[in-house]
Amino acid sequence: MENDLAINLARAQFAFTVSFHFLFPAFTIGIASYLAVLEGLWLKTDKGVYANLYRYWLKIFAVVFAMGVVSGIVMSYQFGTNWSVFSDKAGPIIGPLMAYEVLTAFFLEAGFLGVMLFGINKVGRKLHFVATLAVAIGTFISAFWILSVNSWMQTPVGFAINEVGQYVPAAGWWEIVWNPSFPYRLVHTVLAAYLTTAFAVGAVGAWHLLKDRTNPGARKMFSMAMWMAAVVAPTQIFMGDLHGLNTLEHQPAKVMAMEGHYQSHPDGAPLILFGIPNSEKKRVDYAIQIPKASSLILKHDLNAPLAGLDTIPDQDEPPVGIVFWSFRIMVGLGFAMLGIGLWSLLARSRKKLYDWPWLHRAALVMGPSGFIAVLAGWVTTEVGRQPFTIYGLLRTSESAAPLDAPAVAASLTAFVLVYFVVFGAGIVYLFKLAAKTPEAHEPTPDDAPIRSAGITPAAAVLEGDHEEGAAP
Amino acid sequence: MNGIDLTIIWAGIIAFAVVVYVIMDGFDLGIGILFPNFKVGPDRDTAMNSIAPVWDGNETWLVLGGGGLLAAFPLAYAIILPALYAPLIAMLLGLVLRGVAFEFRWRDPAHRARWDLAFTAGSIIATFAQGITLGALLQGITVEGRAYVGGWWEWLTPFSLLTGFALLAGYALLGCCWLIWKTEGPLQRQCYSYAGRLGILILLAIAAVSIATPFLEAEYYTRWLAYPGIIATAQIPLATLVVSVLYFRSLSKRQEAAPFFYALGLFGLSLIGLGVSMWPDVIPGRVTIWDAAAPYESQLFMLVGAAIMVPIILAYTAWAYWVFRGKVGSDGYH
Repeated sequence: MENDLAINLARAQFAFTVSFHFLFPAFTIGIASYLAVLEGLWLKTDKGVYANLYRYWLKIFAVVFAMGVVSGIVMSYQFGTNWSVFSDKAGPIIGPLMAYEVLTAFFLEAGFLGVMLFGINKVGRKLHFVATLAVAIGTFISAFWILSVNSWMQTPVGFAINEVGQYVPAAGWWEIVWNPSFPYRLVHTVLAAYLTTAFAVGAVGAWHLLKDRTNPGARKMFSMAMWMAAVVAPTQIFMGDLHGLNTLEHQPAKVMAMEGHYQSHPDGAPLILFGIPNSEKKRVDYAIQIPKASSLILKHDLNAPLAGLDTIPDQDEPPVGIVFWSFRIMVGLGFAMLGIGLWSLLARSRKKLYDWPWLHRAALVMGPSGFIAVLAGWVTTEVGRQPFTIYGLLRTSESAAPLDAPAVAASLTAFVLVYFVVFGAGIVYLFKLAAKTPEAHEPTPDDAPIRSAGITPAAAVLEGDHEEGAAP
Repeated sequence: MNGIDLTIIWAGIIAFAVVVYVIMDGFDLGIGILFPNFKVGPDRDTAMNSIAPVWDGNETWLVLGGGGLLAAFPLAYAIILPALYAPLIAMLLGLVLRGVAFEFRWRDPAHRARWDLAFTAGSIIATFAQGITLGALLQGITVEGRAYVGGWWEWLTPFSLLTGFALLAGYALLGCCWLIWKTEGPLQRQCYSYAGRLGILILLAIAAVSIATPFLEAEYYTRWLAYPGIIATAQIPLATLVVSVLYFRSLSKRQEAAPFFYALGLFGLSLIGLGVSMWPDVIPGRVTIWDAAAPYESQLFMLVGAAIMVPIILAYTAWAYWVFRGKVGSDGYH
């Protein structure tokens, strides 16, 4: 009982810290690429609007990135502090992958971030672009390795268990890195990061268009964001479907929970749109469903039999309610994103992209949609993996550190307090930055990253004379 | 057979990461510790700017230390981290507080004083917790089978508090010397005046820790003080003495870069001393590096990555430092 409480607190702590953390990289992966595109376009076309937008989003990037870094350091230690048995057992396999993340991604991002934020006048435009690219590529490489780790926990392959109970590499590392669910999860997650950014950027553009539809910065960012929405949202729905089929193959219990299929359906399973999962009675109450549609989606055959949770021992089932709902939130938002993308295409074809306030209002409302969808998707896949940390092999209850409940309760309280204060303030600052109108006449681009990164106050005091004088 | 060699190599790589971390994040944490003493306005801004472009890279070595330990010595990671639960959680929260302060203090001038306070508090908490961690590891951890079995407060002893305070003094010294090197004018003068006192403080701290250590475990005592080993180990305090003389001389000559490197020398010697005490254990007296080692395949796979990436990382890190060379105040980041 005591032990259960400690484990549940440890789970709550991990869920809390990883959820907060995940929001930031989901955003930085997208903004870093967006910044690289903006700076590339600026180098190519020499148009001021791109440099202005670069500067505008760089400020936001710097704040998000700082929050991502500090919340990420917490993650790299939580494996040991709270899940030491898991670390001991899985360390020989996931440890090296995480070490590769540090070596190939974290250093790359951190090493070039300083130059990206503060260095444009020191290194020149081209080398600065290289720094931006390095940071953008770093964010992607980081996603690559950590998702490989996560995917291995979902679909473990290429291991043996040694005499002290550790999971050790048995096949080649290629097989471990490219475990069965990894390619799908990687594409699905990176696209999600792009969509998250597209809708955040789109909402900021829409907000400023609603105030002044002639603002060139707002027009450009809104247009770019809507292109992303129109192209990436349908791609994502397609990729999400493939990811789901992959999950059906390797983690059927997760799909059963997502679908709310307590019972097997020997001749065609219904697609439950909404309902209230009732795990006690093993049925979905008040279900609104389309007969046989689930079989059509998952098996591409109306009458294909689909197994339900009745085929899985109770102690191996994930919690159905959470997975069922988080999956619907994610999918619902995905289709809403597609709707905005299509709406923008319509507006664009009528040359009204900047003139339909209702489109702008809708895009504004959809601003946080990516973040919510990313978290919902994350909950679906992680809670759907339960009750295991290494799917089918190592139970969560057997993975935790030998900590007493009060110790974990105290640390969880501390995390909650600090995170809400610190990241709450950070999010307020992000809103403040995004509320500022993108200026039409910015100083020379060369001054940009310095001011944006916040050095200006010092620089202005120390060398106000020529710093300010240089701006036309 | 081959595995043994890789285990030693990996112990070396982790030790290298820890040393680089202590040196690099040491000076930027130290600036956080000293921060309240600097005048609000240009002095504080300059101090902050002197580390703003590099702190994130510095802290990444901590992640490599932790991640590398998980990968190369999973058992050690699994025992040490729960044993040091409270100080490590405190360290992480401290790093959160100070890390965001770099950005937030510029974003919210009306509340800058609060974020400056967060910067200092976070730096002090993180440093103190790291010092405690070091002391607690050195004094021993209760292990049974493959797990920590000590209580919640095992880490808290007079010795671990001593190492906590010692590290505060040490990081403050590094931060102080870094600012002597990177700034000029009143801020530099202020740091010169601190550097002498911090130098004396750190020597006292090193002496106290050095005297206490041999009495923690019989093994340490033999290692440090038994003949003929003492002929070798005595060189470390002697070298410390020489470096500290050089350090104080460089201060009195008003040299700018040299004090920082002598301070690094003091750190390096202390870490060598730590190595003498611990080697070849990763948890002193309980778990050797070979007990804790990951299988050969894991170590080899990572070694390929480390052999290629670490030189590249060092190269571009050096480049980033080079880009921001010179005085912060004089040619700034414009």
